[in-house]
Amino acid sequence: MNNKLLALVVGMNVSMAAAAETPSLEQLWNMVQEQQAEIAALKDQLSESNSRLQETEIVAEATVAAMEQFALAPTASKKTTFGGYGELHYNNLETDDASGTKDAIDFHRFVMFTGHQFTDSIRFFSELELEHSLSGNGHPGEMELEQAYIEWDATENLTAKAGLFLMPIGIINETHEPNTFYGTERNNVEKDIIPATWWEAGAAINGEITEGLSYDLAAHSGLYIAEGDHKPRDGRQKVAKAKADDMAFTGRIKYTAIPGLELAASFQHQADVRQGEGVAIDGTLFETHIAWQRDNFQLRALYAQWDFDDAINTTKLGADEQTGMYIEPSFKLNDKLGLFARYSSWDNTAGSSTDSEITQIDLGINYWLHPNVVFKFDYQNQDAPGESGYDGINMGVGYSF
Amino acid sequence: MLKPTLKALLLIGTVLLTSLSSPMVSAKGVYQSGPDFIAEAFNQPPNKATLWLTNDIREQAAEILGRSLPELRVRYHKLDNKTAWILEEIGKEMPITIGVVVAEGKIEQVKILAYRESRGGEVRYPAYTRQYLGASLTNKNNLDQSIDGITGATLSVWAVNKVAALALYYHGQVINSRDPS
Repeated sequence: MNNKLLALVVGMNVSMAAAAETPSLEQLWNMVQEQQAEIAALKDQLSESNSRLQETEIVAEATVAAMEQFALAPTASKKTTFGGYGELHYNNLETDDASGTKDAIDFHRFVMFTGHQFTDSIRFFSELELEHSLSGNGHPGEMELEQAYIEWDATENLTAKAGLFLMPIGIINETHEPNTFYGTERNNVEKDIIPATWWEAGAAINGEITEGLSYDLAAHSGLYIAEGDHKPRDGRQKVAKAKADDMAFTGRIKYTAIPGLELAASFQHQADVRQGEGVAIDGTLFETHIAWQRDNFQLRALYAQWDFDDAINTTKLGADEQTGMYIEPSFKLNDKLGLFARYSSWDNTAGSSTDSEITQIDLGINYWLHPNVVFKFDYQNQDAPGESGYDGINMGVGYSF
Repeated sequence: MLKPTLKALLLIGTVLLTSLSSPMVSAKGVYQSGPDFIAEAFNQPPNKATLWLTNDIREQAAEILGRSLPELRVRYHKLDNKTAWILEEIGKEMPITIGVVVAEGKIEQVKILAYRESRGGEVRYPAYTRQYLGASLTNKNNLDQSIDGITGATLSVWAVNKVAALALYYHGQVINSRDPS
């Protein structure tokens, strides 16, 4: 009996449990409806979330874009550029016969660049320089406008400029920021023969003939070597109410197809460097140079020669031919320290048989504290006729930006 | 005294007209569009991606460029372990647009896409840009290869050097990160 009762109880429990685990069709339908409603609600939420996410992405994109536009877009101030360079020099020199000394500290050049981009193809560039720190009557310095021109990209391969610009001659005449060359002072060959830094007023064009071969042509104001003077350097008028009776013409061809190598030759002719005063004296300058950099080694060499009409010899015998050359190997020990040596010779009366040549050996170092900040130290040994060559040391600090 | 002046003007005018009408090489301007550069760099369409300049990345990038960065992000293209970057850096006064392709941590291509400076356009010559091939970064984020410069165009050369180093650095950041692309 007990066994039968037990079996009955178990059987009832099993059937009740089975009834609880297996819902009816109606229950199933209700459950499906509820789940569909939940899915629909979840879909709505997901859709809303996606919309919000997309909206957030759009807002973020718009915000970043606006911020970047503000930070990066060209503004009037960015169209106008400002830069400059400067160099402070200390010279401690004495002539071979000890009759002359130069023991001086001088803020040799303080330069400000200003440029303005009118359009993508039209721009202005200028360079204003204060030399020797203090200018004016009785002071050693000068305020000079060395560049001020409008440049126009006429086509993709041709640029024209008009105004006051640097002559396309030599190595340092156009690029002379102190961190770009060795030696405290600029080399005497380019200074006394070419004569750097040299600027004139006129018009010029430059372009490329083929990859790595470019040309410059310029028509511009010329030198005025007055009666009594004979050096090209004496004839720089600096475009200051300059005599313009006779213009000059300059051309340059430059080869730069090989990385690290520049080969160039310049030619200039002026019909009368006396600018119509007295006997006409024509002058022709030929200059050629190589600048070659390979890894840490660099070599610069330059030759320049002026040929003037013989009539200039009445002022200074032998001035009809004025020549100079230098060779300058250098080696960078690392990014900061470089060593150089330079041999120079030049003669402003090379047309005479008398010994008037000056030679100079320079040895020194450049230390770049920053690529645009340089400290310089060098020793010079100069030989000139009459024991008048200056020997001694030069030191300097220079910068550009 | 007018004669030399006229001669000069005639000479310049003749050269100007000749240049305007002759197919000389282009000294400055846009040489290739960004999309064309990207298409050329990959053999199949790459993924577009964005590198956000977090403080760490920004600091390193600023050190490489030697200036602060105003942008918040850099867009690039990526396929497998190869990335392509189009970046701009000012040479002397104007921005130079430079395309750099990096694969496996080494430079595969440097191309000047646009050059706007008056001087120094020689940086766009293939003979010059070939010098960057295979270059990677040193521990100090410098290029591990010597680059021969261009006389009178030091600033343009520096700009290309900086951008090449920056692209290598960015490449390292996206390859080492869990970038989805």
